[in-house]
Amino acid sequence: MDWTFTFETFISLVAAIPLTLQLAAASILLGAFLALGLALFRLSGVRILDWFARFYVFVFRGTPLLVQIFLIYYGLSQFPAVRHTILWPILREPYWCAVIALTLNTAAYASEIIRGGLLSVPHGQIEAARACGMPRLMVFRRIVLPLAIRQALPGYGNEMISMVKATSLASIITLMEVTGVAAKIISETYRAIEVFIVAGVIYLTINFLLTRLVHVVEYMLSPHLRAPRLQTPVQGESK
Amino acid sequence: MNQPDFLDVVSFAPGGWGGALLAGAWMTILIAISGFLIGSIIGTFGAWAKVSGGRTIRAIADGYTTVLRGIPDLLVIYLFYFGGSAAVTAIGRFFGSEGFIGFPGFLAGALAVGITSGAQQTEVFRGAFKAVHRGEIEAAVACGMSRAVRFRRIIAPLTLRHALPGMGNVWQVVLKESALVSITGVAELLRQAQVGAGSTGMPFNFYVVAGAIYLMISTFSGALLQWSERYFSRGVRRN
Repeated sequence: MDWTFTFETFISLVAAIPLTLQLAAASILLGAFLALGLALFRLSGVRILDWFARFYVFVFRGTPLLVQIFLIYYGLSQFPAVRHTILWPILREPYWCAVIALTLNTAAYASEIIRGGLLSVPHGQIEAARACGMPRLMVFRRIVLPLAIRQALPGYGNEMISMVKATSLASIITLMEVTGVAAKIISETYRAIEVFIVAGVIYLTINFLLTRLVHVVEYMLSPHLRAPRLQTPVQGESK
Repeated sequence: MNQPDFLDVVSFAPGGWGGALLAGAWMTILIAISGFLIGSIIGTFGAWAKVSGGRTIRAIADGYTTVLRGIPDLLVIYLFYFGGSAAVTAIGRFFGSEGFIGFPGFLAGALAVGITSGAQQTEVFRGAFKAVHRGEIEAAVACGMSRAVRFRRIIAPLTLRHALPGMGNVWQVVLKESALVSITGVAELLRQAQVGAGSTGMPFNFYVVAGAIYLMISTFSGALLQWSERYFSRGVRRN
């Protein structure tokens, strides 16, 4: 292995990490809100909303993300009407198109995860909250949502990791995030293996840290599942 | 739209792109099936390594699944496409040929998809093997079956039965991942849609149609998988 080349590659790829993280963070955050909305649609009991959410999930999970990105970035510009709206400055930018596509895509997957979390909240908890006289919204905010988030977190962690991986597709619509820079270097030098290793290490590190973070949050959110701290010097930390 | 009608673009009439898209869909299915088969073979060995390998073999298999599940698929495709070309060119030069030799995109794509899905298949098969009752294997030993017979008659069929739902998920992922192979220029569905979009200036129509075809393939194969799950679990008592 050529160490100078590897090191230079590493420097250029590290410079591209912020864009990858930005894309991932923006789409995960926006996607979470959309996903919560979709999950509530599914559970609303209103047939039209339910079917809308089902159809949405079906379409976005059944088609490749790349098709969705192309449809938003290239497809929408076909209509002169779109080019004259105030949204055009946003839809013209590959960055925003990537964020929109990733958001819409992750929302479909995440809504199913959140729905599972919401359904897993024991009925007795809700009954108890109602018996305390909480109004519906407060029950949702104080009881259902926190418990659902705790339940959905492991699945959501996996979804976050696949989003970090999915940001690589933004390179196809010209964004120079880690994979974009890597592809550029590979196609200029044809030294695929060195570049692959460097880029791979970067992605693995990001995903490793993300996994740790999710574990920490999971630990923080589940004091009720941990054994109570004992007075005796026996360690009671493990679940 | 002052351009040709929506349906004209995808019709099979002369000047329509129906034939090209259909050929692309066929290529997509071929890539997905080859990738899935390669992944299944890798997954079988991976699961075997994880279940009954020694410490070194297990460590290799663990490393393989961790790495391949943590880095973007696109990066793996770049590695195989460009890395393969570099390798083939080097071999060609050794045998006295001049200049650059391209690595076939189909092969690069199928290998890349196979190796990424192999990591998922490894976990699927390992989990499925774990779900096989020890008693069944003990009974087979008690009947005097040799290792090979035991594997062929007892372990393989039971593992496959448990693995089917997971394999179905992997198949859906592989199908969508095959769209990434379009970057190597293989004339699969998304590539054909890109070509059509480029030459007619109607990207929206082409990407919508491509998305619809992906949706049809995944729905149809999903139904097939569900049917086979039911068929192969007909000996399982439910309740």
